[in-house]
Amino acid sequence: MAKITYIENSGKSHVVEVDNGLTVMEGAVQNNIPGIDADCGGGMACATCHVYVKEEWFNRINKKTEGEDDMLDQAYEPKKNSRLSCQIQVTDEIDGLEVHLPEKQT
Amino acid sequence: MIKTDALIIGAGPTGLFTAHQLKLIGLNCEVVDNLDKIGGQCIELYPDKPIYDIPAIPECTGEELTNNLIKQLKPFKINFHLNERVDEVKKIKDFWEVKTNKGTKFSTPNIIIAGGVGSFEPRKFSPKECEKYENKSIFYSIKDKKIFKDKTVSIFGGGDSALDWAIELSNTSSINLIHRRDEFRAAKSSVDKLHNLVKDGKINLYTKYQLKSVKGKDKIESIDIEHDNKQIKNLKTDYALGFFGLIMQLGPIANWGLNLDKKTIKVDTEKFETNQKGIYAVGDICNYPGKLKLILSGFHEGALAARACFKLARPNEKYRFEFTTTSKSLKNRLGVKSD
Repeated sequence: MAKITYIENSGKSHVVEVDNGLTVMEGAVQNNIPGIDADCGGGMACATCHVYVKEEWFNRINKKTEGEDDMLDQAYEPKKNSRLSCQIQVTDEIDGLEVHLPEKQT
Repeated sequence: MIKTDALIIGAGPTGLFTAHQLKLIGLNCEVVDNLDKIGGQCIELYPDKPIYDIPAIPECTGEELTNNLIKQLKPFKINFHLNERVDEVKKIKDFWEVKTNKGTKFSTPNIIIAGGVGSFEPRKFSPKECEKYENKSIFYSIKDKKIFKDKTVSIFGGGDSALDWAIELSNTSSINLIHRRDEFRAAKSSVDKLHNLVKDGKINLYTKYQLKSVKGKDKIESIDIEHDNKQIKNLKTDYALGFFGLIMQLGPIANWGLNLDKKTIKVDTEKFETNQKGIYAVGDICNYPGKLKLILSGFHEGALAARACFKLARPNEKYRFEFTTTSKSLKNRLGVKSD
């Protein structure tokens, strides 16, 4: 279980507890957090669950998977700390993770 | 005006199998899709990815699944209207009048929306001022490459479309290629070609840059691109082309008075009908308690919606359930000999 903070582009933040084994994307969708569309449902095929991961967390979460950067090329305003939240695994180790949501996903 | 028993919106796996079911029970249908090819997400998003949960098919790719569905439709005559998006839907007495963005008109008692997560649209540049240059100085697809001759063209992206166009247009235009990182997802042969053209001075390559802003009046005069390290470069350019892939948008469907839940349409589980009589939704786009976004669910939903269409298309006939293994009339429609 990890406490994850999702911060909308407006600054509004949502703190939720997400079970181990889920992804950061699923944590958002299951808790109705706006700003994560996840059109393809976690198939790494759409880049609409794009998040920015705070620097200090970027190296602590699991590394990018093959093809993730290819999808991030297509995301809205990707940055160096961009990730697809469907590819971030939730474990006890990421308790306290903060992710920022882009202005929009499309 | 094309008159049809049913209009299917979306030529993905669910739309294709729904067409099969309609034709099998003796209804005709037309299919509209915004993409330039048949197959929907299976073809556009994951043609090479294997799928393991289609009943009785242990493993197949999105492309193989599409080809098999097309093969299954072979006995039937079905008109596909590709590259067209349904824009307007109006009720005229007992019929729906449907108009596409190309002006094609249909009149039908039944509309089956098999639209996945909506229609595919190109992803666009993020600076807000880009919108006013769209289709003048900014393009997301190329229809007439002649307009770029002897001009400066700035191309954004790192996939096959971006590189293919950069390579091709470098023969007759001055090309800037801008990409957000050093790696390209395009085919290796294209990447090699690109690097040779960069070496020969035919293409100016800017990596780790993204579009920051656009300057100009009616036409673009220059663009600012920003490096990862925040350094800004100004490039004189006549055109900017963005190739960032496609995104799914619900589009005009949102305005048809349907009961929506986020990007999905609420339906019943008997006919897969929406809150509008004669409009059904099947596949990923429909929503009901327990909905699974699986291709196999789409097949089931399409089969039931097709039967529901029968009632409105043939109000004076009674639908009779039959098996393809035994029914003479079904075998006739399939063009196979009956014993």
